[in-house]
Amino acid sequence: MFAATSFSLNPFQDVQAMLAYDFMRNAFIAGGCIAAAAGLVGYFVVLRNQVFTTDALGHVAFTGGMGGLLVGLNLLVGVFGSCVAVALAIGSLGGRGRGRDVAIGTVFAWVLGLGLLFLSIFTSSHSASAGNTGISVLFGSILGMQPAQALIASGAGLLTCIALLVIARPLLFVSLDPEVATSRGVPIRVLTVLFLILVAITVAESVQAVGALLVFALMVTPAAVAQNLTTSPYTGMVLSAAVAVLAVWLGLTLAFYIAYPASFFITALAFGSFIVSLGINRVHRKAASA
Amino acid sequence: MADSPTWDLLADLQLLLRFHFMQNAFIVGTLVALLAGMVGYFVVLRGQSFAAHMLSQVGFPGAAAAVFLHLPPVIGLAAFCSAAALGVGLLGRRLDAGNRMESAVVGSILAFSLGLGLLFFRLYTGSAQAVYAFLFGTILGISDRDVAATVVTTAVCLVALAAIARPLVFASVDPDVAEARGVPVRAIAIAFLLVAALAVAVTVQIVGTLLIFALLVAPGACALQLTARPARGLALTVVFSLLFTWTGLAVAYFTIYPVGFFITTLAFAAYVLIRGAKALSREQAAHAELESEPA
Repeated sequence: MFAATSFSLNPFQDVQAMLAYDFMRNAFIAGGCIAAAAGLVGYFVVLRNQVFTTDALGHVAFTGGMGGLLVGLNLLVGVFGSCVAVALAIGSLGGRGRGRDVAIGTVFAWVLGLGLLFLSIFTSSHSASAGNTGISVLFGSILGMQPAQALIASGAGLLTCIALLVIARPLLFVSLDPEVATSRGVPIRVLTVLFLILVAITVAESVQAVGALLVFALMVTPAAVAQNLTTSPYTGMVLSAAVAVLAVWLGLTLAFYIAYPASFFITALAFGSFIVSLGINRVHRKAASA
Repeated sequence: MADSPTWDLLADLQLLLRFHFMQNAFIVGTLVALLAGMVGYFVVLRGQSFAAHMLSQVGFPGAAAAVFLHLPPVIGLAAFCSAAALGVGLLGRRLDAGNRMESAVVGSILAFSLGLGLLFFRLYTGSAQAVYAFLFGTILGISDRDVAATVVTTAVCLVALAAIARPLVFASVDPDVAEARGVPVRAIAIAFLLVAALAVAVTVQIVGTLLIFALLVAPGACALQLTARPARGLALTVVFSLLFTWTGLAVAYFTIYPVGFFITTLAFAAYVLIRGAKALSREQAAHAELESEPA
């Protein structure tokens, strides 16, 4: 894609060359903010065993985005709106959005099917290039971000980070020991719903970076890496965010020099770091038991 | 499509089967419905719907790689799905959404394999339509080669399933007793996962990677709501899945909208209706019991 700039052995010069482009600067800033939020929120997602809520929200994001486009709204409005609405629904049902996986699976297959219908209506009523809109929602389009989008994404990412850090202590308490937390008067219900809304916003942001189908790569894999490497929650949160940010930044750098999709590099880097963390975990455990 | 349906069903059917691609779609659709129905019944019975979901997403890069190498996509799908099934089977873990770390691991693998699939498609053409076809299914792209591959795969799977059916039911319903009676539970589990992998591979052709639940899980879930008897349940599952597939294909032909949407909608509607009817009849039964009791 950007074959005009080729790789040199001077890293300083390479970074300068890369950041000379507006879209690369946007992608780095927005991607970094999104990844930090995804890593932080994702740590709690894995801790609270809500991986499938994330999966479900990713599906909803696709349908919401396409539906938003169809009725003439902004894609982002549809993605954010549908994610938050569904998160509120899950929260008000009181469950953690998992359990009977047959029922959930059937519902979300239908939700995706509905998204497909919206996509085909949208594609047939617009020009042929509209077909790529669906792909960019499914697989992300971090290099195609407009400056305004990048600004919104960065702001939303930062706000999510701040909100999560504010509720981190009680949320940790509730996640690890709900009974004791209730008896101590921690407002579990409020925290659960607040957290679900944060998850929804993070999923909606991540959809722009890596796409609805690859949300796991930013929200679950870095958290899994962190849990493999440390049991301390605060170190884990920082580590999770750091892995996510690094995966995005390195992925963007690779995509700049090699003309393959950035989403692929990001998922591959996240997955690679997960494999490495698994190995480190094994070695540690063996050393501890020896 | 240019054709519009009339009230004359026979004429509609003739219209529907006039084109070669629709004939292919119906042949493959029927085989898929048969196989996915039978396998899906056991998937639901064994609580492995999550594993089916995982197998189908792992199949996506397989399909993409096959297209890239100019092979029929079914072959790539079958290869990747079987490899994943063997991996899951040999790890010997039951994949479910319950375990925290396990779901994180599976989630990571899913994201990576979908990312890989995206890469293969970019390497090949970058055409959006090709990606959609594999994610959501299509009725247009089924070639004679695909039909042949589907016939062979379905035959192999059905024979294998028939061979292990009895011990499989036993091992699914009561694994502990089955093991005590000397049924090779582990080997049967792996064999079943392999059959499921092949079933996923052929089903992807019709409903795509993302909507596999509609044919592999929903019919079985509907049937298990209605009856607990294995033979009747299997028959019902196949009836449901044939119904979803045929109706979905027919409606998709007469409208411009994708087949995946209609099949998932039918599956979802059937599931909701059956759950609702069951809840209603249970309520009535409880009511009748209350009234018949002497005060």
